[in-house]
Amino acid sequence: MKEVLVISGKGGTGKTSITAALAVLQKRIAVADCDVDAPDLHILLKPRRKSEEEFIGMKEAFIDHSKCTNCGICYEVCEFDAISKDIKKIPFRCEGCGVCSWNCPAGAIKMKDTVTAKTYIADINNGIMVHADLYPGAEHSGKLASRVKEILRQKAQAENFNKKLIDGPPGIGCPVISSLSGVGLAVIITEPTVSGIHDMERILKLCRHFNVEPEVVINKFDLNKEKSSEIERYLDKEGYSLIEKIPFSRKFVDALKKCKTIVEFEPEGILTQKIKNINSKIWSKNE
Amino acid sequence: MKKIAVASGKGGTGKSTVSLLFALILSEDYRVKLIDCDVEEPNCHLFLEGPVKKQEPVKIFSPGFDLNKCTRCKKCEEVCEFNALVVTEKKILHFPELCHNCKGCLIVCPVGAVSDSYRVSGIVYDKSIDKKLSLRYAEQNIGEAKASPLIEAIKKDIQKDVQIVIYDSPPGAGCSMVETVNNADYVILIAEPTPFGLSDLKVTVEVLKKINVRTGLVINSSQKDNSILTDYASNIGLDILLNIPYSKEFAREYSRGIIVPDIFPGLKESVKELIKRL
Repeated sequence: MKEVLVISGKGGTGKTSITAALAVLQKRIAVADCDVDAPDLHILLKPRRKSEEEFIGMKEAFIDHSKCTNCGICYEVCEFDAISKDIKKIPFRCEGCGVCSWNCPAGAIKMKDTVTAKTYIADINNGIMVHADLYPGAEHSGKLASRVKEILRQKAQAENFNKKLIDGPPGIGCPVISSLSGVGLAVIITEPTVSGIHDMERILKLCRHFNVEPEVVINKFDLNKEKSSEIERYLDKEGYSLIEKIPFSRKFVDALKKCKTIVEFEPEGILTQKIKNINSKIWSKNE
Repeated sequence: MKKIAVASGKGGTGKSTVSLLFALILSEDYRVKLIDCDVEEPNCHLFLEGPVKKQEPVKIFSPGFDLNKCTRCKKCEEVCEFNALVVTEKKILHFPELCHNCKGCLIVCPVGAVSDSYRVSGIVYDKSIDKKLSLRYAEQNIGEAKASPLIEAIKKDIQKDVQIVIYDSPPGAGCSMVETVNNADYVILIAEPTPFGLSDLKVTVEVLKKINVRTGLVINSSQKDNSILTDYASNIGLDILLNIPYSKEFAREYSRGIIVPDIFPGLKESVKELIKRL
């Protein structure tokens, strides 16, 4: 069974457009959207939901004001400024550590399980897709990304999918770390800009830190050929491999506007050819 | 002091670009501090030249243990909601990637065996760009999971004479974005007129509604027909502040690390006019 994760460090480099295009090229595939903070893969793959599940992402403190003596201990011990001086809970700040509840002498604070998201298992034309809706402002997207991946693995195992493809979140923090754990290959999508390069270097270091093999795709490479060469030299020097360079084209946006992947939008085009090249490389190398 | 946050659910929509454009344009008339809150992947410093005036590590709580004092009562393990501690006869295991730095273990230990130690989660830099513009940014250490402590640190201690603070938010609508817009007077949302742009804008608007902060929309890579965004905006009563068209010339300069506000005719005037309204 093979598991490929698409990430980028920098946002907006083309992760989701490329992941969706790679997905439709497969005969049979299990896909997951681990960018749970801002999921978009469903727009292109149009999953039909089969089942859903509530996700208890955290515990949260609830203050019983009839028991509260306003002693202020909870305000003092909370490291997250989630309780105000006049003992009111401040929205979005509670991390669920329970330190307030533990220390409350009046027993006025209870920790309760909180549903922070819904996860979905859905059909797509050539397989299944696991995705989630994080409730607005909910914490712990890393935990949710882990859960989405866990469901993907269980379903893929149960239904004999031998290819798993995951759309990852931007950044290098908790949801990315959760998405990375245990994957066979991380495909890094970068672009030839100062910010694309800076962010790629950091995500490559993160991959190394967690022992995941990364390979790189340069999107919009001809936007700045000099910067593209700079990326190639860097990869060469550091011993990373480059899978493909995709030319700049507004066609990705044109396809997106029709809610189609580039492979469906322009089956014979150069961009589709490039996606096919990436497709054949990532699955063969990940055996 | 006016505090303006620039945010968008989706990545790569032009948050840093708009933050930089606003910082460059507004610092012609005001003292401006740009704070790059995308501590995981900061980019603003790549576009602004200037000497680093100050650099400081950000320390976060990470418990230390005195095994001689410890009675193995396991209260610390019990209080830890995140399963970041395991107490055994021989030693205490701490898993920093699970730890939320809540200090529960420190507070609960009855014999003082847990010490208030720390580790460095990243470095904050202060860069002086010109007389009226300064930049603050941070780099989260590779492997650190949580951005919030760094974002909180980076927003502290702004010089009193600064007139406009711009917070450049990380992508997403999660805890890092919430931490960034916290205490901002106004949030400028950036979106592109595509289905992805709309979807992520909606998610972000839902979050911001709960925080109750004034918001407006900048349409980036604006096209002849932006109805996908404008229909939604007029439905929910979201102000459209500016339209910035796609410019390949701008994108090329951007790729080399250069921001040229003058590429967009009339932008300077519009931004200066806009800031008076916010």
